[in-house]
Amino acid sequence: MITIGLDIGSVASKGVLLSPDKKFSIVIPTGWSPRDAGEKILAALLLQAGIERRKVDCILVTGYGRVSFNGAFRTVTEISCHARGVADLCPEARTIIDIGGQDSKVISINEKGKVLDFAMNDKCAAGTGRFLQIMANTLGMDVGELAAFEDPSATVGINSMCTVFAESEIVGLLARGSPKGGIIAGLHQSVGKRVATMARRLGVKEKIVFTGGVALNAGVRRALEEELKSRVFVPEECQFTGALGAALLAAES
Amino acid sequence: MLPRNLCPLIKSSYGFALTDTCPFFAFSDLIIGETTCDGKKKMFEIMQELKPVHVMQLPHQKSPFSFDLWVEEIRRLRSRIEEALEVTIDDDDIWKAIDLVNREKQLLKEICDLNQMSPPPMSGIDLLTVTWSGGFSHDKEELIQMLEALKNKLASMKIEPEVAQKPRVLLTGCPVGLGSEKVIRLVDELGATVVAMENCTGYKSLELRAERNNDDPIVALAEKYLNIPCSCMSPNPYRMELLGRMIDDFSADAVIDLTWQACHTYNIESYEVKKQVKEKGLPFLHLESDYSSSDEESLKVRIEAMLEMTKK
Repeated sequence: MITIGLDIGSVASKGVLLSPDKKFSIVIPTGWSPRDAGEKILAALLLQAGIERRKVDCILVTGYGRVSFNGAFRTVTEISCHARGVADLCPEARTIIDIGGQDSKVISINEKGKVLDFAMNDKCAAGTGRFLQIMANTLGMDVGELAAFEDPSATVGINSMCTVFAESEIVGLLARGSPKGGIIAGLHQSVGKRVATMARRLGVKEKIVFTGGVALNAGVRRALEEELKSRVFVPEECQFTGALGAALLAAES
Repeated sequence: MLPRNLCPLIKSSYGFALTDTCPFFAFSDLIIGETTCDGKKKMFEIMQELKPVHVMQLPHQKSPFSFDLWVEEIRRLRSRIEEALEVTIDDDDIWKAIDLVNREKQLLKEICDLNQMSPPPMSGIDLLTVTWSGGFSHDKEELIQMLEALKNKLASMKIEPEVAQKPRVLLTGCPVGLGSEKVIRLVDELGATVVAMENCTGYKSLELRAERNNDDPIVALAEKYLNIPCSCMSPNPYRMELLGRMIDDFSADAVIDLTWQACHTYNIESYEVKKQVKEKGLPFLHLESDYSSSDEESLKVRIEAMLEMTKK
């Protein structure tokens, strides 16, 4: 059986192809058209795996772009998909923290990967990848560089939760001569605090697994560990758990 | 005039009055308000610039003192109406009105209870339309006739058997009306049904009756209204009891607690609601929203994920 899971997110689109003996995965920027991104990633996956589209048994699509993609056999929310994907990579996981481009969520799961409860951020950007991206712009950096430049020993607390106000706060801090590394550590702490609060409200159980594009940032992971006073695991395929879950659910449907 | 982050229900009711877009407000000689929350209480003060407003001071707990105060508040209302409208209201008039409202509520309850069946005869939007629209009818006899006809029609209606497969959602929380029905509509669109609503615009007070076994109709009314399990009451055990019963009676698969932004009492009480629902082993979703459509996509993901939890 050959199945494909596509996770069309606000910033990045991820795809996983599962065949009986192999697993392929690809990530591309979503850009302005989630439908085109879905088509593009599907084509790239098929090319990489050397498989024709008609040989694919099921395509399951998740992520905010799931409704705009035409070729889906089924759509499932990213909450169920992350749960399924994480349960596959890490069966001991009981709490998933997923931080993507415009959402952050905490999901409680049982040993079978069934969702027991979940919480998501409100309609604002605080505690998401978007927040870090905009702050990186203000600091004249790429969002991927933030972790390498942080200096947790000189953390400068960022008080504003609102992305727009936090931007002004950083402009002020830079003007006052606060060190960049300390500001970056403060930004990571701000995301960590926001998401940890949401996690505690839901109830945190170990093992905690951190997924989504922001999980690639070691600084946010450090901040989450400090806030939750607990180890936080980041799987190597942290960006792909939604797409992997989608491909697995496709195989089970 | 009102703060931006106030509850949308209060802003909307004041907005209707201010912009003269509510015919009921335009035709009225006296507005009757109550103190179910601080926001309304203070809004009614400002509303007096537009029309005469009479505010009933509702106590927020059930005790002998509160009860006596509430009885006095209803007597005060009676005098105020008599004065403002130049009428006399005797006990018999009140008893007649009580009988009429009791008949209406009994019928409305019987109609809502039809949704205990599987498949349910009414979608969430149907249910809301029925419970909401009655509030705009001033001729109760006519309304009762219409409800009677509707009940008979619904009871004998043929429903597609596939509807029975849909997850059954119980809605609780703040009042919902046509115009603020987005969550009910999203649930319908996502292939589930809101089978019942434990809120002020739904089932919350449908079991309560002013009883004839009292000598004084004012005391009978006071008993009924002080029993309404509004979140402004502290403590509010009857709401949890009612919710528990409704979950069983309507065979709910999941519960959504919809609270409006800045409605502190419902937002805080959501903690108790969650405990109650979790005890029943059902998926629970607390949504805090307003009357705008800006959050529909994110509401959709949450509702859809909750419905996925009911399947496995």
